Amino acid sequence: MAKLPKPDQLLNIDFRPPKTGWTETPVDFRPGTWLYPGKPESLQTVGLPNPRQWSPEDEDWKLPENWKEIILEGLRERLGKFRSLQLFMDTCVRCGACADKCHFFLGSGDPKNMPVLRAELLRSVYRKDFTTAGKIFGKIAGARDLTVDVLKEWFYYFFQCTECRRCSVFCPYGIDTAEITMIARELLNLVGLNIDWIVTPVANCYMKGNHLGIQPHGLVDSFEMLTDDIADITGVQIELSFNRKGAEVLYIPPSGDVFANPGTFSLMGQLMLLHEIGLDYTLSTYASEGGNFGLFTSHEMMKRLNAKMYAEAKRLGVKWILGGECGHMWRVINQYMDTMNGPADFLEVPVSPITGTRFDHAKSTKMIHITEFTADLIKNDKIKLDPSRNDNYKVTFHDSCNPSRAMGLLEEPRYILQKVCNNFYEMPEETIREKTFCCGGGAGLGADENMEMRMRGGFPRANAVRYVHEKHGVNMLSCICAIDRAVLPPLMHYWVPNVDVCGVHELVGNALVMKGEKKREENLRFEPIRTEEDEDV
Amino acid sequence: MPFIEVNGKQIETDEDGFIVNLEDWNEDVALALAKTEQVEELTEDHWKVVNYLKDYYKEYGIAPMVRKVVKQTGFSLKEIYELFPTGPAKGACKIAGLPKPTGCV
Repeated sequence: MAKLPKPDQLLNIDFRPPKTGWTETPVDFRPGTWLYPGKPESLQTVGLPNPRQWSPEDEDWKLPENWKEIILEGLRERLGKFRSLQLFMDTCVRCGACADKCHFFLGSGDPKNMPVLRAELLRSVYRKDFTTAGKIFGKIAGARDLTVDVLKEWFYYFFQCTECRRCSVFCPYGIDTAEITMIARELLNLVGLNIDWIVTPVANCYMKGNHLGIQPHGLVDSFEMLTDDIADITGVQIELSFNRKGAEVLYIPPSGDVFANPGTFSLMGQLMLLHEIGLDYTLSTYASEGGNFGLFTSHEMMKRLNAKMYAEAKRLGVKWILGGECGHMWRVINQYMDTMNGPADFLEVPVSPITGTRFDHAKSTKMIHITEFTADLIKNDKIKLDPSRNDNYKVTFHDSCNPSRAMGLLEEPRYILQKVCNNFYEMPEETIREKTFCCGGGAGLGADENMEMRMRGGFPRANAVRYVHEKHGVNMLSCICAIDRAVLPPLMHYWVPNVDVCGVHELVGNALVMKGEKKREENLRFEPIRTEEDEDV
Repeated sequence: MPFIEVNGKQIETDEDGFIVNLEDWNEDVALALAKTEQVEELTEDHWKVVNYLKDYYKEYGIAPMVRKVVKQTGFSLKEIYELFPTGPAKGACKIAGLPKPTGCV
């Protein structure tokens, strides 16, 4: 694995474009800036084309003989199928509003990471083969031939976009570069070009229901370990149910939270809350993942992997679905699920049995986000909170890209944070809410071999954290996405040491006063908590 | 395909040196893998962690949560990092012959 440069070396970013024109500048597959290709057995598991051993560093990528025909035919088909793609290929006026909005451009200085130029990688091929001007005038009309080098460039830069959609917020035409990246990745997949950090979770998800490939007995074992820890900390023993028919609600958290810290702490907070309010819910060992790396592969794959949520809800006969603190899951749910896997006419519009609140905005998907559910509980005064138990923390909030930009979930997490902790500080305005900066490792790019690019891409986010760390002493970065919880800790360690990462519900779990609990001496991390009483003494 | 050579035999690994087939694993392979993860010798304490990981993997098909390793072996996270400087998920799992986890981790 490539050695990661030191932060001061990485900060030496050269924003001068190369001397050669962009079409004449070949890709440099520098270790630390690209990801390992998909393992052939994972491709086989889900029937993706051209499974083989290969490496981006090799000259020969072992493409099918008619690769060019496959890609161009694939593009033609998609231009017909997705009106948005046709629109995005035609409408860009190169105003440059997006140019400096991409975290990868800001962290690398590579002009091909400007969203306009990233899109141009595909657009130039579109012009050549699908527009009259491009066919006749060629290069003058911004058209170029599809060659193996172009394909290599696509692979490098379309797996160097986290599909975060920050650029689209600033585009006067609303061009969504994330959708361009999605289509480009679909095309690359047609000839067997993909990365293992996406394909193997996809294969695991397809076979075992979750990214990590946790089997039913493993899930139960992991959840029980969390409830044992909760019992040690609070004195309250929580009984869980799995695959229980007739439960009112199916609860689907991301599997990353079952497996690794700090996600586990946030999951504990959710289990405590749902126990405390007495929600009649079940977990599932079949629909055991909210995340969906199919979104980073193809529309078809996204649909296949997502189907299990409704299928399980139907089988168990629940009324509605509660989803956990996952990021991209919510993009799939809010933008595609209803028409893709629905209609879920066997479910009901979610109603909180505790507060009676009817979540009408979720009437098409029948799914609500745990922070919507919790914010409503707090608003209606249904839970007792002692925010002083989080006094060890000075907290800020990272809007995870998809919940903020793909579902507009901006207020609920903030409302919760303000009620569960006494010290909450916002990062600068242009780096939060719909303008939030990506963690640098989303859309399947969170692999360790891509560490240099992750540190570059995550730099704008880290820089904003550094600001509140220095100004207010912020030492905890909260978020509502499992990818964030996996990739932000190394990012903080690298750029802003002494800032830790947590899910919002970890702080809820700390503050939650439970019936029959013992005096809390430790937080969910088994660290001593400072209470008001201690300060009185 | 990358490989690691142990007692004259080539054993297939992934790009980061994790062995591909668990059947290729034996104590000599573990020692050879240990050397790639800044562990010069495998003491009783190392084996306690490695064996736990192997047994868990055999039963559940994945690596255990790090918290579980801490709880079951009785070593603190700090002690585990002292034993395996590159960490429980990377170093210890690699030495135990487990594959690398992928996804939101």
